[in-house]
Amino acid sequence: MREHAFAYALLAPALLLFLAFTVFPIGFGFYISLHNWRLGPREFLGLGNYLRALTPGSEFWPSLGATLTYSLLAVPFQISIALTLAYLLFQKIRGKSLFRVVMFLPWVTSTVATAAVWARLYSPDIGLINSVLRGLELRPLRWLLEDKGVFTLIANGLGVTLPDWLRGPSLAMVAVVIYTTWVFVGYNMTLFLAGLGNIPGEMYEAAKIDGANGWQLFRHITWPLLSPTTFFVVLITVIGTLKAFNHIWVMTQGDNGTQTASILIYRQFYEFQRAGYASALAFLLSAVILLVTILQNRAAAERVNY
Amino acid sequence: MATATAAPLAQVKTRHAPGRSLKRVNPLIYLVLIIVGVASLIPFLWMVLTSVKDYGDVVSLKFWPWPPLGNSAPRFDNFAEAIRLIGVDRDTGLPMFFRHVLNTALVTAIVIASSVTTSVLAAYAFAQLDFPAKNVLFILVLATFMIPEELILVPRAVMMNKNYLNWYNTMPAMVAPFLVNAFGIFLIRQFFLQIPRDLYDAARIDGAGHMRYLTTIMIPLARPAILTLALLEFIWTWNEFRWIQLVTSSSNMRTVSVGLVGFLHTEGGAQTQLAMAVAVMVVLPVVVLYFFTQRYFTEGITTTGLKG
Repeated sequence: MREHAFAYALLAPALLLFLAFTVFPIGFGFYISLHNWRLGPREFLGLGNYLRALTPGSEFWPSLGATLTYSLLAVPFQISIALTLAYLLFQKIRGKSLFRVVMFLPWVTSTVATAAVWARLYSPDIGLINSVLRGLELRPLRWLLEDKGVFTLIANGLGVTLPDWLRGPSLAMVAVVIYTTWVFVGYNMTLFLAGLGNIPGEMYEAAKIDGANGWQLFRHITWPLLSPTTFFVVLITVIGTLKAFNHIWVMTQGDNGTQTASILIYRQFYEFQRAGYASALAFLLSAVILLVTILQNRAAAERVNY
Repeated sequence: MATATAAPLAQVKTRHAPGRSLKRVNPLIYLVLIIVGVASLIPFLWMVLTSVKDYGDVVSLKFWPWPPLGNSAPRFDNFAEAIRLIGVDRDTGLPMFFRHVLNTALVTAIVIASSVTTSVLAAYAFAQLDFPAKNVLFILVLATFMIPEELILVPRAVMMNKNYLNWYNTMPAMVAPFLVNAFGIFLIRQFFLQIPRDLYDAARIDGAGHMRYLTTIMIPLARPAILTLALLEFIWTWNEFRWIQLVTSSSNMRTVSVGLVGFLHTEGGAQTQLAMAVAVMVVLPVVVLYFFTQRYFTEGITTTGLKG
């Protein structure tokens, strides 16, 4: 009995803090979302804020589109590059730890600071990226300031006009995705390296005796045995991209096709003090995140090998 | 103990990289790795170089305006000028930038102290003790992990305003959401679980209670995990932006990240070299700490694998 009391005493600080600043806010947030709430409850709206968000033509749908676009662009980029790098670094390489330390560095440093640096690298006038393009006698681009879709830009470059629905993600969005890749590749690579280290070396020895080549080793040993790690990395990357905020806020503040759901929530609250509407949007975004997580878990149950 | 540690070590040594152990590594691999390594560093290099350039060299796009390629001199005055432009804190008479550094350091210290303490205590209960509802409580703690921060951002901020806690523009508001962290509890618990239970029985025989066992045996043994948690909390808190921006409005309560964004929207907007000087000062403490302790970062994220 004394041990029980002691255990609860040890847990009390953590549990009380969770209760006050995590559990209570969920319920409070739902209560807020049912009101027109500016500094305090003004009037009860029921599901009015949700209906407003879900009405065709509201800001929510484009922001959800931007969120999913961002995620669908960023995830494959990040994962494939990270996996390739991890596989290369897993060979007997000299200076392995130096490469790891350097590639992990962007994840460690403040996203606000590095996004500010990248915003300048992308600057149409003084940016390093356009200087390089000019040096290669290519056309400089407007990057974060460019609202046009990338397919439209490519087609225009070739002298073709594309229908509007084929415009593709805005160049600003692609620029944000390139930055995101730069930040997270080292982090994901580190997770993949740990996963590779867990694959027993005997497997490779046995397969080599049977005459397997490098590609076969990857396809039939590394890829299936790495699948739990791959699933995990994909899961956290998808969730992370669905919530992305800091760097988008610093680089574009949501302009030029980059107003993701997180940015919309923040703007509604911070700029317009619409706590009720912002809370309703937050519940809708969380529902999307939950749905995506469940779908991924389903897919993993079929494909992950153990 | 000796035999228990010898076995995994032997296993590690026989482990080979896939299929490449005897052949020479393809030089193309080095080429790719070097390109990626350089790409990882170029933004940092550009930031540092730009922070000591003249405004004229920035707008005329000179990558290296100093000898031997050019004849400008490095302008270290940019740092002093940026600090001067950020203004002076009327309370203390200090430059506002230093006030931001102090605030950031204080927030970070409070968050580390609190999250390490709460994590160690809770982790001990979950790893070492038996009590009713243990599994339910542990699952609840892990569930807080799955809750997107977006969901509770607005209600948390509303809680801080004058109708409720009235903490707006104060230190308690700045640290409140970060005082406990499910990741920390999970990380330390994992570590505690690896410590053999025989140790506890031995300590019991020597007359040690739980509290003495925790402080004299478990905590010293779990030092690497505790250090990992403290370091990760350091970078997360040092780099925190959105929450601090939401619950503070007076400049003297802000942190370096929020101060940097403010500067980007004022003088730093046009004066890129000054913006980069501030960015260098914001990033520097974290980079220095990281280079000395990078082993703990990679171990921390790979043993628990959590938190993007």
